[in-house]
Amino acid sequence: MIKQLSWKVGGQQGEGIDSTGEIFSTALNRLGYYLYGYRHFSSRIKGGHSNTKIRISTRPIRSVSDDLDILVAFDQETIDLNAHELHADGVVLADSKFNPVLPEGIQARLFSIPFTGIAQDVGLAQMKNMVAVGASSALLGLPLEAFHSVIEGKFARKGEQVVEKNMQAIREGADRIQQECGGPLERLLLEESDRKKRLYMIGNDAIALGAIAAGARLMAAYPITPSSEIMEYLIKRLPEFGGTVVQTEDEIAAISMVIGANFGGVRALTASAGPGLSLMTEAIGLSGMTETPAVIVDTQRGGPSTGLPTKQEQSDINAMIYSTHGEIPKIVIAPSTVEECFYDTIQAFNLADRYQCPVILLSDLALSLGKQTVEPLDYNRIHIDRGKLVTDGEGLKELENSELFKRYEVTEEGVSPRVLPGVKNGLHHVTGVEHDETGRPSEQALNRKKMMEKRLRKLGQGIEFQDPVHIHARHAEPDLLIVGINSTRGVIQEGMERLEENGVKVNHLHIRQLLPFPTDQVKPLVDRAKKVVVVENNATGQLANLIKLHVGMGEKISHILKYDGNPFLPSEIYNQCKEMLVHGHV
Amino acid sequence: MATFKDFRNKVKPNWCPGCGDFSVLAAMQRAFASQGLEPEDVVLVSGIGCSGRISGYMNAYGFHGIHGRALPIAQGLKLANRDLTVVAAGGDGDGFAIGMNHTIHAIRRNVDITYIVMDNQVYGLTKGQTSPRSEMGFKTNSTPKGSIESALAPLEMAISAGAGFVAQGFSSDLKQLTRLIEEGLKHKGFSLINVYSPCVTYNKINTYDWFKEHLVNLDQEESYDPSNRMMAMQKLMETEGLVTGLIYQNKERPSYEELIPGFRESGLAKQDLRLEREKFDQLVAEFS
Repeated sequence: MIKQLSWKVGGQQGEGIDSTGEIFSTALNRLGYYLYGYRHFSSRIKGGHSNTKIRISTRPIRSVSDDLDILVAFDQETIDLNAHELHADGVVLADSKFNPVLPEGIQARLFSIPFTGIAQDVGLAQMKNMVAVGASSALLGLPLEAFHSVIEGKFARKGEQVVEKNMQAIREGADRIQQECGGPLERLLLEESDRKKRLYMIGNDAIALGAIAAGARLMAAYPITPSSEIMEYLIKRLPEFGGTVVQTEDEIAAISMVIGANFGGVRALTASAGPGLSLMTEAIGLSGMTETPAVIVDTQRGGPSTGLPTKQEQSDINAMIYSTHGEIPKIVIAPSTVEECFYDTIQAFNLADRYQCPVILLSDLALSLGKQTVEPLDYNRIHIDRGKLVTDGEGLKELENSELFKRYEVTEEGVSPRVLPGVKNGLHHVTGVEHDETGRPSEQALNRKKMMEKRLRKLGQGIEFQDPVHIHARHAEPDLLIVGINSTRGVIQEGMERLEENGVKVNHLHIRQLLPFPTDQVKPLVDRAKKVVVVENNATGQLANLIKLHVGMGEKISHILKYDGNPFLPSEIYNQCKEMLVHGHV
Repeated sequence: MATFKDFRNKVKPNWCPGCGDFSVLAAMQRAFASQGLEPEDVVLVSGIGCSGRISGYMNAYGFHGIHGRALPIAQGLKLANRDLTVVAAGGDGDGFAIGMNHTIHAIRRNVDITYIVMDNQVYGLTKGQTSPRSEMGFKTNSTPKGSIESALAPLEMAISAGAGFVAQGFSSDLKQLTRLIEEGLKHKGFSLINVYSPCVTYNKINTYDWFKEHLVNLDQEESYDPSNRMMAMQKLMETEGLVTGLIYQNKERPSYEELIPGFRESGLAKQDLRLEREKFDQLVAEFS
């Protein structure tokens, strides 16, 4: 019995690779296994190799695996491109239609099965995916009835007959492999799961769900990979809450609408990726200057420019911290798990209202699109804090002589009371031009200084954000401190466990609050470590530089970088950290 | 009930003496009052440029944004609280150059806001460069030998993009302008009102006198039918856009808000944000 295994399905984009992985893994999730799925796809609609790799385990996992136990191939290209990942005793399940051959030197066992032929006999060639699902399940010894509810969920609206046909395709696929090898392969038999009910979702789902839980009722966005699922979910769901999504003409309109809506008193958000965020930077400055809350999601992908639209990267860190001209208070937070995508989105809205400034929720492609097992989300952790918001005229002083409400009243904490338009005695003017306490433009030097200081005071003492860092530090004086951000949390954890098994004392720090930087939490950990290695998916070490900027100690901070578009593998973390400890560098 | 004086504040506009924008401000104040609005019911969203300062001169809620983005801000605001009267205002550079994309899409989208463009065919605040509304041959600091680009025809473009309300006023005719703004406020959906608002400092060609000589007033043409789209296009082409009055109105087209499935009748901003436990459980169950 094994504790975990890795399965991959590949073929031409548009061939249903995605849904094959989806159905297989959803059933496994319902059986109580922990899953982590990662899609490899290209920036095109049809054609081109695409694959979905799924890791199945009896314990929590949050990263792709180094190797592969089962490869399901719908074309020879899938075998050629992926066979090198296979274990020596791995298995290839391939459609006999294309006469599959294993590349030289690959030890795995090949089962050539008429996926398409069986599917055609059942009724439809497209059901070859289900034949493959059935064959895979039989190899692992999974109960086929586990698929019934999944197939029903997907095809019920097309009628009972379609559900039955798909189930039949699954059964026939299973039968066929039974004939070939007489039952499940001993080596692939998975240990029993705990059978607990858990969720299975991508980070983008969690962000969208978090927005609803936070009371957001308006989203304005322009479609872009890898953020579009947030918008698609909310298009489906917001009408139930009276809200809506506007698909705007561009990202500039999207962020501007979000600012208008937040000024009007509705919690609104936009979501985009690097290129869209670049367009939004001027308006992010407007949000800061007018002190209008705005929640902006950046799902990072490969840059610069259009870069690698469908590939993993973490190279927007600098841009999110520094972009927009001039100086405004801004908050940047970076969830590291799907659960945190949910809770942090709620926090992002609370922070935006509370500090009346833009809040950027930084995700990355692997976190936003990686589908994984998620512990039940806790309703009791949903909490709405609208800060100093006045929604009716009660208690407002009467305005005389066409005076204005002091929207930008200078306060000790820098945050001023905010009145929503429509409220009597709350009349005021907001502007991106430097202004006085009532919002009237003023370039007077003393006023400028006073207002600038007022705005910057808002974040000067830090912010009230739960868990600005995630710390796994068992050692008082570790040999190594590994630092990461966003989706690398799981892979660092695994690399670290292997290092520990080899006698290296390792601590792990994951940074979740980038701006304002949590120096007080980060510094002591860096202080205590003999060496610090920052793991990040970019070419220049943006996170490492940020840490050096805030805590110094540059001589002991080095980095492990990966910028080929793929997420880190546990073995890469392990090997490169070891090399670092031996040679002092990678 | 508020009078137009209630929409005045104590700020002295920084416009040049004789600027056409003074009349636009006065016409808006009159129209707001005549429509029975109170200052707190109105939000004036403006762009950048001389005209963009208008939100600061109105005793109402105001939002002075960034160049070219008054319309998306105004649409977001209106969707957040449809109980507010939302008016966007700015110059021809703001709406027809940097913000042209938003203008076209705001027309297509048809959110119930009124957009007033103060069109002086030149860039004033940056000290006299050519605008997309400058005629060919127009000499400015940025076109010393005369503009070699043709002037944009915003109203024909608006009609072809599906606009439900298109009107044009002139700063010298406060009465007509006020009436057009009133009509625009009443119109359900996006209304575009272009106003010839002369720049007395940088535009020595398109002066008050020049407009008086060239403008055709549709109010004086009994046979003109603003519900006839073809007639509207023809009139605009005939006069090369030098026409005032209500040019086109389609009262049948529903506003964006009316077409959003499940969109609330009263302002979203006033509604409860909390997610019920039962609803939360339902949403989450879909991911198991």
